Amino acid sequence: MATLAAPKIVSSRAEFPDSHTLSRFLDTGGYLGLRKALTMFPEAVASEVDQASLLGRGGAGFPAGRKWSMLRKAPVSYLVVNGDESEPATFKDHFLVERDPHQLIEGVIIAAYALQVTTAYIFLRGEFALGLERVQQAVNDAYEHGALGRKIFGSDFSLDVVVHPGAGAYICGEETALIEALEGKRGFPRIKPPFFPAVTGLYGEPTVVNNVETMSNLPWIINNGGAAFAALGGGRSTGTRLFALAGRVNNPGVFEVEMVKNTFRDLIYDPALGGGVINDNKIKAIIPGGVSAPWFGPDMLDLPLGQDEVAEKGSMLGSGSIVVLDDATCVVRAAWRITKFFSRESCGQCTPCREGSGWIERAMYRIEHGGGRLEDIDLLLDLCDNIAPGLTWPPQQTTICVLGPSIPSSVHSAIQMFRDDFVAHVELGRCTHD
Amino acid sequence: MSHFRIDIRQRAEEVLALYPRPRSAMLPLLHLAQEQDGYVSDAGIAEVAAMTLTTPADVRGTALFYDMFHLEPVGQYVVGICTNIACLLAGGDELLGHAETSLGCSVGSTSNDGLFTLEETECLAGCDFAPCVQVNHRYVRTTTPDAFDALVAQLRAGTLDHEVPNHGTLIRVRRTGGLHAPRAEVASERAAAHEQREARAAETK
Repeated sequence: MATLAAPKIVSSRAEFPDSHTLSRFLDTGGYLGLRKALTMFPEAVASEVDQASLLGRGGAGFPAGRKWSMLRKAPVSYLVVNGDESEPATFKDHFLVERDPHQLIEGVIIAAYALQVTTAYIFLRGEFALGLERVQQAVNDAYEHGALGRKIFGSDFSLDVVVHPGAGAYICGEETALIEALEGKRGFPRIKPPFFPAVTGLYGEPTVVNNVETMSNLPWIINNGGAAFAALGGGRSTGTRLFALAGRVNNPGVFEVEMVKNTFRDLIYDPALGGGVINDNKIKAIIPGGVSAPWFGPDMLDLPLGQDEVAEKGSMLGSGSIVVLDDATCVVRAAWRITKFFSRESCGQCTPCREGSGWIERAMYRIEHGGGRLEDIDLLLDLCDNIAPGLTWPPQQTTICVLGPSIPSSVHSAIQMFRDDFVAHVELGRCTHD
Repeated sequence: MSHFRIDIRQRAEEVLALYPRPRSAMLPLLHLAQEQDGYVSDAGIAEVAAMTLTTPADVRGTALFYDMFHLEPVGQYVVGICTNIACLLAGGDELLGHAETSLGCSVGSTSNDGLFTLEETECLAGCDFAPCVQVNHRYVRTTTPDAFDALVAQLRAGTLDHEVPNHGTLIRVRRTGGLHAPRAEVASERAAAHEQREARAAETK
């Protein structure tokens, strides 16, 4: 059974149908965290976040406090919030921007205060039309309420927040590509080094880029203290986290659970959470952290939901998305579709990713659709090896950004775990599940 | 003479004023151009280029990178159906095939009556109601072929027009007021406050 005693840190208002309105927000403790933060020194606000050891919730899991401290030495120019959630089967930021936009904005103001920034941009995925409307309305309400603009709540702190729509490009979730899009260009990731926009970011100035969920945790952390947050979870994975559970489960959805205290099995089978697998089927594999992550077999179901725990077993908790594949699922088809996604979304700058993704997709397509050859299976592994040499985890990189080394994960996992299924497709001359 | 309608033009000027560099308004302005014309037309491109101080070629090149911008005319309703991993496992491919028949157009094309354009999309982050369907930027919680046909009938009858937006939504909720904290002003204010603190510190010594 799942351990569900932990407080709801970011999803506490979701039960209310009007959770996105200012009145509901104010009735449920809204802007108290900000009011408290404004009575503290900016450095003290930052050190609370440091103490919480809040790991970034975007996918890389970099500690938010450390990201900020890289900047505290020099004045920061901009705060950019990454709401371009596009990793397949990840829908937790979608939930946060539609259901609790004020909580996000309060978090943004707290972060901006800690960093002493006067302009923050919230970059939202263009497809989140309702989310864009709600966040814009919440920004308007916040200005009127005195939580944004000049001299916030009578303090000396002033901040503008601008809501910026994306336009449909997975790659813009990569922080330097997002900055390019914010500058009005094609979303091409920038060449590294510098590795962090902290050095050269928006308009060439020091910039912090943080994820929507990361920001949404800040009001609670300031209200309750970093130590209270760090007391939840375990090891480096502190606090709670939003998990987006999808695929062959009875009750897909976004669930906030305490890190480490719960396992994949808890999340998938608990009646209050995933509610088990459709038709009580057996689990064939799970994709633990977005489709960029290597797959796990059912033997990993009792692994705790923690960043290091998952990393030690050769995958990642990534974007907090978990996809369940059951024994009615064709794994070849699943892996082919993921490859097709990467092939469509490769920005085209780097040869291994641009050419490799399309080549892998075509080979996968012919195996799934009956035109495959036995030697295609090893060809696929060779192509994967050319994109991420050695096929290790974390992967070696031959490209500007991590989209490239994300391509082999699904194909490599599927061949390693279910080679027989590939062979059966080739020998039958069609999909085994048709 | 502006190609943009008066309300779109006003919104575009508001957006432009939010950024230190005009080019940053590129994506929102392209959304507005599409909102007005249904797609990013040549006239829309010219207008965006003039406002962002770039060239039409540059605007077109940028727009082509982003999946949401259509550079060809589309139907009155753009129907997007996701077939990515979570939707694949919930019958997204089957729903897409069904949609081709009920809408009378194949993926990537527009029906003869000009009502529908059908698209196969990548993950729309609606995996809890897979397979995920969008009509003109609005999520529709439709998962079965029958429910999809009911939706199509409603769209044809025009009964959903108050719910399903036009080809964009930026005009629906406008920002009230521009920037309130101009950076230069705030910076000089902060510098003054800092000096005062320094002066007080020096006095107490």
